[in-house]
Amino acid sequence: MKVEPPPIFARFFRWFAQPGLRDHIEGDLIEEYYERVRTCGKRAADWRFIIDVVLLFRPGIIRGFNLQENLNICRMHKSYWTIAWRNVRKNKGYALINVTGLAIGITVALFIGLWIYDEVSFNRYHKNYDTIAQVYACETNTTTGEIECAQNTQVPLGNTLRNNYPEYFEKVLASWWIGEFALSTPGKKFKRNGLFIEGGALEMLSLRMLKGSYESLQHPNSIVLSESTAKALFGRDDPINKTITLHGRMQARVTGVYEDIPLNSRFGELQFFAPFALWMSVNEWLHGREGDWDNRPFGYFIQLKPDVDIANVNAAIKGLYKSHVPSDFYTTVARFKPYPLLVPMSKWHLFSEFENGQPASGRITYVRIFAAVGIFVLLLACINFINLTTARSEKRSREVGVRKAIGAAKGQLVCQFMTESFVVIIISFTVSLLLLIFLRPIFNEVADKKINLPFSEISFWLSSFAFVLITTLLAGTYPAFFLSSFDALRVLKGKFTAARLSSLPRRIMVVVQFTVSVALAIGTLVVYQQIQHAQNRPVGYDRAGLLYMTLDQNYKGKVDKLRNELMRTNVLAATSTSFSPVTEIWNTTSGYDWAGKDPSLDANFAICNVSMDFGETVNWHILDGRDFSKQHATDSMDAIIINEAAARYMGMQEPVGKLLIDLDETGKKKWTRTIIGVVKDILMESPYSTVRPTLYFYNSNALNVLNMRIKPSVSVSHALSKIEDVVREVVPEAVFSYNFADDAYSKKFSQEKRIGKLSAIFAVLGMIICCLGLFGLASYVAEQRTKEIGIRKVIGASVFQLWKMLSLNFIQLVVISCAIAVPAAYFVMNGWLQRFEYRTTISIWLLVGACVSAGVVSLVTVSLQTARAARRNPVKSLRSE
Amino acid sequence: VQISPGIAPSKKTICFACRDIPTFRKQISVVKKFQLGEFEEIVILTIAILHTNAYGVSIKKEIESRLSRKVSMGALHTALVRLENKGYVRSTDGEATQERAGRPKKYFQITALGQKAMAYTKETRDHLWKLIPKAVFDIKGTEK
Repeated sequence: MKVEPPPIFARFFRWFAQPGLRDHIEGDLIEEYYERVRTCGKRAADWRFIIDVVLLFRPGIIRGFNLQENLNICRMHKSYWTIAWRNVRKNKGYALINVTGLAIGITVALFIGLWIYDEVSFNRYHKNYDTIAQVYACETNTTTGEIECAQNTQVPLGNTLRNNYPEYFEKVLASWWIGEFALSTPGKKFKRNGLFIEGGALEMLSLRMLKGSYESLQHPNSIVLSESTAKALFGRDDPINKTITLHGRMQARVTGVYEDIPLNSRFGELQFFAPFALWMSVNEWLHGREGDWDNRPFGYFIQLKPDVDIANVNAAIKGLYKSHVPSDFYTTVARFKPYPLLVPMSKWHLFSEFENGQPASGRITYVRIFAAVGIFVLLLACINFINLTTARSEKRSREVGVRKAIGAAKGQLVCQFMTESFVVIIISFTVSLLLLIFLRPIFNEVADKKINLPFSEISFWLSSFAFVLITTLLAGTYPAFFLSSFDALRVLKGKFTAARLSSLPRRIMVVVQFTVSVALAIGTLVVYQQIQHAQNRPVGYDRAGLLYMTLDQNYKGKVDKLRNELMRTNVLAATSTSFSPVTEIWNTTSGYDWAGKDPSLDANFAICNVSMDFGETVNWHILDGRDFSKQHATDSMDAIIINEAAARYMGMQEPVGKLLIDLDETGKKKWTRTIIGVVKDILMESPYSTVRPTLYFYNSNALNVLNMRIKPSVSVSHALSKIEDVVREVVPEAVFSYNFADDAYSKKFSQEKRIGKLSAIFAVLGMIICCLGLFGLASYVAEQRTKEIGIRKVIGASVFQLWKMLSLNFIQLVVISCAIAVPAAYFVMNGWLQRFEYRTTISIWLLVGACVSAGVVSLVTVSLQTARAARRNPVKSLRSE
Repeated sequence: VQISPGIAPSKKTICFACRDIPTFRKQISVVKKFQLGEFEEIVILTIAILHTNAYGVSIKKEIESRLSRKVSMGALHTALVRLENKGYVRSTDGEATQERAGRPKKYFQITALGQKAMAYTKETRDHLWKLIPKAVFDIKGTEK
């Protein structure tokens, strides 16, 4: 074993001792140490050494805190700032490129940061965020084996939870669905979103009551309005105790006003809360269902007791149906393995899509995608800065040499260059704050958000400061260390060349930049292609001039008259009523039987009850058989029309004339109907999924929706005014509102379109940043090779040859980037497309197009500089020598 | 800025950091009063005894053997630093030997000022000794 003094203490001594004393005292220590090892052994010598070192730790031996104790640090920092500012001003062009690139990058990052903050803080307005949950009813789909969950639950579930698990729940509140309801006072009438929910909701949601209290919802005929709605209805008058007619048939007294809930809450769209009992009082069909485990009409919100873990509750109530549902009914549904599931408020927004019984994805995907995009765009901007700074290092090399010769330590040079980066980034940050202010309305519109700039919040400024520091580190570290590592001797002798070694990382970074931005471009194009693909999908009906009104109880008994009056105006080609509008499916049912049915099939059919003229109104295409008809008196009892998907699903080659049997839970036959026709698939649900097997029943009492088709010869505005007149005359108590099928259809694309628009913007900005960087690099290279170009020209090179020589280097990099980006983007986007059942395939032309356009754009950018350099007069560039 | 340990005193004026300037200043102010602590006196005497071979370890050994008292490295070097700061001794770098793992020795030499200080101390002591009445020792002697 090597005998030497305890290394930790030797190091400790070297660390604290004054430099002037360090070496010889250490020598003394070591000399004594070895002597002691000889005389009294290593252990004792080690101990004595340690004691000696500890005793040496005393004033007189310990060094000062700083080796340069006589330097004035303030002055030095002042000098850094001055030099940094001078450098920015001296190289205005480069500073402009740097600031523009960084400002774009930072603006994108800031907007994305605000967007993500808005998404993540969704629902946080409610103080009981951590304890609120919604009850879902889950069951296993026996065909696919997957667990499916839905918000609508059985009526007795509420009481079961309340009575059997009181230790977990603070509140269990039944509620109807958020929807539009007409609010009217004498002289005023609005449609507003509202929620019918049991008392206690105000407290659970921790609303700020401006008037009234949390008890305001207890009386069955009360209503609590949002501040803005109260203003709209009553102006400056005190709304309390005023009477409102709700939906034309409920009378309610205003008992409270709450401060509007911000829009980034599930309840943000709500303008009023009304008691659930009020809704019950006018919906007889909901009465007497306290023991009905079969239907699932409405939903429950719950608030947990504090310190209750939701996972434990979910585990505890998993067997609820088995133990509380009457066993004779449970046996009929046992194969679905039903169970209730509490979904906490934190998952409502970001994890709204369920996967096998667990909230798995949803907007969180977009949060992640955009976080990645933001980081990438910022990275692109930082790479620009790094590249331009290191490329210009030759210009600064002499300065570094001189500074080092005078005695600058490496740390000081690093500090100086970091300060320079900091100055540039602070300028860029200021610019991007201005951009943030000006572009916010546009961003809000594109992203469909109401984001305010949190300039008054300290946390915003703190995080901005941290962000600036991080960006400085990201962009400034490499150049600072690169520049300050120059060897002073070589630099001053003039032997320094911007070596090959230094240009390699730069080339790699350009490749990274272009890879990212080409990949972004491909991603954007694929999103657009998918939207286009779905929009061009055959829908099976005719959207032009098709509109619908939802009918509430006010229209009861007046629909036939209304239809007759409407037809008499001569602006409509056809009218019909149906259970749901043509763009939605509201009812799915299972439990049908037919001849030759595969016993394993047990999926839901989509159901739409329609009136006689539905087919004529929406213009569906009968492929086989016939439409409903007045000539066949049995149609109202017996007829059914199915779509292609249903025919395929049921495995029928010739479906017309076959029978469909409805079975009740016990398997007994309820009724039988004859299939009279097959229609081409009508796209009623998501344009990205396959069309569900759908059954169209003839039922003249399907009175939820009134469908109308405007004659092609009549202008839409004229037709609308006519329709409105008729509706006002026939049903004066209703609020006239309508939807065009076209609008409802295009709304289904809004999410993807928004994503497409945002990513298009980011892709374009990313490309701009890359081109800025390329522009800077090209101009630098052109400047560096001025003399070489001059000599080449004198010898006889043509402008084209020179341009080719200078540009080729850059184009090479772009080609390499494309080669990396294409497979990567293809892989990722193909994965994205798998989410859609109805999807496009990524065409090769799209990939080629993205690459070619990246190549062209970069070639043009580079050529701006290289062509100018090549055309320059050699006399001017060579004159100076 | 690194200060190399081997800079000779004459070169100090061109040293950028000039950390030794305060030393000179202190030296001037101290000249008026020769002040030697008890341990400092022992150390400076030992340096005188060792003459040309006075460096850390040898001084330490000398004191330990002659006065049979333990001397810690810390105390010794603090005293040496103080003596040097007062200008009573000066140091020169010596050779680096194997057993010191290549670290240089630092030899100490008494300066003219140091000699004066020693003489001054001795004189004051002698003067004080002389002032002691004979009887003091007698009484002590009789008591024993």
